[in-house]
Amino acid sequence: MLSEVQDIFRDVLDNEDIILAYETYSDDIDEWDSLTHIQLVVAIEKHFHIKFTSKEITSWANVGEMLDCILNK
Amino acid sequence: MHDFKTLKRLVKKDISSLPVLKISLLGDSATQFLATAIRGIGVERGFNVDLFESEFNQIEQQVSDPTSDLHAHRAKYNIIFQSTHKLLEKYALMSYKQQLSLAADRINFIRSICDIIPGTIIVYNYPEIEDTVFGSFANKVPSSFTFQIRKLNFELMLLSQECENLFVCDLSGLQNKFGRDFMFDPTIYVSTEMLLSIDALPYVASRTFDIIQSIEGRFKKCLILDLDNTIWGGVVGDDGWENLQLGHGLGIGKAYTEFQQWVKKLRNRGIIVAICSKNDESKAKEPFEKHPEMVLRLDDISVFLANWENKADNIRTIQQILNIGFDSMVFIDDNPFERNLVRENLPDVTVPELPEDPGEFLEYLYSLNLFETASYNDADRERTRQYQVEAQRITEARNFSDVADFLRSLDMVSEVTGFNRFNIPRVAQLSQRSNQFNLRTVRYTEAQISAIESNPKQHGFAFSLKDKFGDNGLIAVVILQEQSHDTLFIESWFMSCRVLKRTMENFTLNIISSWAISHGFARIIGEYIPTRKNQMVEKHYPSLGFTFLSQSPLDQSASDSSVASQYVLTLSSFTPRETCIHQG
Repeated sequence: MLSEVQDIFRDVLDNEDIILAYETYSDDIDEWDSLTHIQLVVAIEKHFHIKFTSKEITSWANVGEMLDCILNK
Repeated sequence: MHDFKTLKRLVKKDISSLPVLKISLLGDSATQFLATAIRGIGVERGFNVDLFESEFNQIEQQVSDPTSDLHAHRAKYNIIFQSTHKLLEKYALMSYKQQLSLAADRINFIRSICDIIPGTIIVYNYPEIEDTVFGSFANKVPSSFTFQIRKLNFELMLLSQECENLFVCDLSGLQNKFGRDFMFDPTIYVSTEMLLSIDALPYVASRTFDIIQSIEGRFKKCLILDLDNTIWGGVVGDDGWENLQLGHGLGIGKAYTEFQQWVKKLRNRGIIVAICSKNDESKAKEPFEKHPEMVLRLDDISVFLANWENKADNIRTIQQILNIGFDSMVFIDDNPFERNLVRENLPDVTVPELPEDPGEFLEYLYSLNLFETASYNDADRERTRQYQVEAQRITEARNFSDVADFLRSLDMVSEVTGFNRFNIPRVAQLSQRSNQFNLRTVRYTEAQISAIESNPKQHGFAFSLKDKFGDNGLIAVVILQEQSHDTLFIESWFMSCRVLKRTMENFTLNIISSWAISHGFARIIGEYIPTRKNQMVEKHYPSLGFTFLSQSPLDQSASDSSVASQYVLTLSSFTPRETCIHQG
């Protein structure tokens, strides 16, 4: 699943060099800001056919927590 | 429709060669994504959008403060996005009396924007939020939010009829098409203050740009239709006209009938309808003449081509007869092979990818908003007949071996007037529609044309033309600007291509020259600014006896080619040019 999410990040942020790990933080990726975060959320929702709550969207500290959240859906 | 991600990539491309378009965007919610989407759609349609985005919720301040960034940007187009969502928040805190005047209050504010901001104003209307405070009973309660929002949208339409520089972008219509749950994503709103979902953004930006493009003179003028399984069910050559699927009752026939009704409405509002079908002509015409359920009749069709040639060549023929750009044509055909053939050979023609089920044709076509327009008047309703008459003229011309004989036989008479309240809408429209015979391609709104008429340093001439076949209406415009006490500059000269090669250019020059001489001017300067489409008039001034004066490089914001050329006509040595047209 990490690699699927990584593909989404590369596609949405238009950067093929992005490598995600569980402990990647938004500060580690230049293009990942509060606005592109929303694009990522919507793309992930579409890909996995899930829907996050408003609270979840703003709660993740890093990629690992995001993945946990997807797994729990 | 491109998705938001793709639009965002388009913005990153090198777009410095595209013509610059200045736009301001004022919103009462976060508009960063909308701004990106508008820039992206701009690139897709050939514009480099120079966008000023006001900080959110600064609309009132930006408008009323003459030193604000909004005023400094001097945008040609100002987009105002005040959301239903924020209005509902305000409404909740209002007194009963304030609630009653919510719509009127908003209308007054938008009216003041139109008075203060010099450019064109594009206001998003208000998609409804049904708060169900009264339920359906809200319809009976003038202070209810539902009542006030519907009133507001209605009054906005009235206001846009009153203010020439105001255009309404129908966000409410978009929500009717796609639904509120598509337009608005609560989780995104909570985390970003953005009121449009990511999937809605391309549609909103597209509808916004449809308006801008049509004011800029890029809009559709002609609809080209296939016949079998496109406007009726079945194949007329095989099944016979009696057995086509058409008409009401159960079954697919009504889908075709309703499609034809849509085409008929377009035709009535001035879209030229042409037929391009692989058929024997006589067989293809039979349903139009005999089938009782046909909505379209032969007199709705300006050009009817039914033969066995390939469709790209047939569309080229239609283009030659109508003399309009390929980019102003839409081609509708149920057959994917024909669609691809036309797309490959004529990439400028718009070819919608039709759904397989004819029952879905209309709803799909509605979603594309192909026929946005910036004006509508009596001349539009006359257009089909005028093109049919033009086809007659072409036939008659073949009977004359000498062109001048033919032109004299037409008994052409031209009325020359200034700009007045009767012709101002048509003058503005002609400036937007004329791409080929247009020397400087300046587009005018009705408000700008009115301003020219009242400016003593500017002189407008409107020319109409009629002949024994019929009245062409207003077909040419010249706008002169006094450059000095003895010199006039031709700020604009544009003409409908329907009257090319009728000696109208000579007649026009004779009129403006004699006016200039009688008003004491010594010379007239004309300028040619090249665009992608007006090569036809590159030699216009030299061919009328003007002499070359100078060339100057165009600034970056002007499109395409390199230099503007100026020419001068010295009036002391001017002799009237030969023309077959009489002044009426």
